[in-house]
Amino acid sequence: MKILKSPAVRIGLSISVATGLYGVSFGALSVTSGLNFWQTMALSLLLFSGGSQFAFIGVVAGGGSGVAAMGAATLLGMRNGIYGMQLNALLQPRGWRRFAAAQLTIDESTATSTGQTDPQEQKRGFWTAGIGVFVLWNLFTALGALAGGALGDPKQWGLDGAAVAAFLGLLWPRLKGREPVAIAVVCAVATVLAVPFVPPGVPILVAAVVAAGIGWFSHARSDEGLEPDVDPYAEHHEHRHGHADDADHTGDLPADRDGGTA
Amino acid sequence: MSLWIWLLLSCLLAYAWKLLGYLVPASLLRNPRMSRIAGTMTIGLLASLTVVNAVGSGQSLALDARLGALAAAGIALWFRAPFLVVVIVGAAAAAGLRLLGWN
Repeated sequence: MKILKSPAVRIGLSISVATGLYGVSFGALSVTSGLNFWQTMALSLLLFSGGSQFAFIGVVAGGGSGVAAMGAATLLGMRNGIYGMQLNALLQPRGWRRFAAAQLTIDESTATSTGQTDPQEQKRGFWTAGIGVFVLWNLFTALGALAGGALGDPKQWGLDGAAVAAFLGLLWPRLKGREPVAIAVVCAVATVLAVPFVPPGVPILVAAVVAAGIGWFSHARSDEGLEPDVDPYAEHHEHRHGHADDADHTGDLPADRDGGTA
Repeated sequence: MSLWIWLLLSCLLAYAWKLLGYLVPASLLRNPRMSRIAGTMTIGLLASLTVVNAVGSGQSLALDARLGALAAAGIALWFRAPFLVVVIVGAAAAAGLRLLGWN
């Protein structure tokens, strides 16, 4: 199929598979946090933003109130607004597409789209990753929520460890240079210090305020960290560096190794 | 029942953030201070989430198998493992350490 030759579509599909599988962890953790099946599905279908969803069930699991869970989830969803601004400028969706695009605006779809230079590819990347992640994330959420009970304690399978690893994996590509590392360390310390003194969920808000303060008062590069959480093009860039003449050398894209998923 | 209310409100607010981005004129994004805050805040939030998930346990701190998951994920990332591999390594480390008796 011709459409599968598009690099943005290939990357979008492989990101969809990687993120979709992770939905198992969310589904299983959610039901053990005390949410029922439909509450779990409502989060994946309607809220649809991994970080916010984990924050919501994390607060509930820790004995936090519904308001605190909402606060944490909403604060974490803020960055999707920033992504929306970027994508609006890139894709310029009109009519109903604008409302559909808004729901699909997450780290992965933004990363896939903004990594492309050709406007057509930017559109393909966004919709492939957005729809792909949405479908698989919800399928695997349902699977995790249903199998979660049968599997016993998800901790036994290390699913809480998977969540830790995933957040570190999302943070990692941003830690390029001394300054982002310093911001991450300061916010991590602020979180640890806040945990014993405030209700669950609030330490994340404390870290957000600290981070915003750093952003407000510092005068370093303004483009720092604006790129989305996942950079599927990292290897590609490095590769292109050495082969500047290769106009179309997609053979080394990570997505290509997962060609079977397409 | 009241959890449903907060849950649905969260969904509504999450969509409101997303849609808001599409309604804001693109020119506002060119304000360097605003885009800088967006960047530092995302780093801070992700760092905080990583730590809360690794050592947070309600209103106390717990050093358990999740720390092993954090370390294992860090090593996997250092060796440039793909995202999916990092997640699997984290799960395997936590599950393995629990098998060995470290909670």
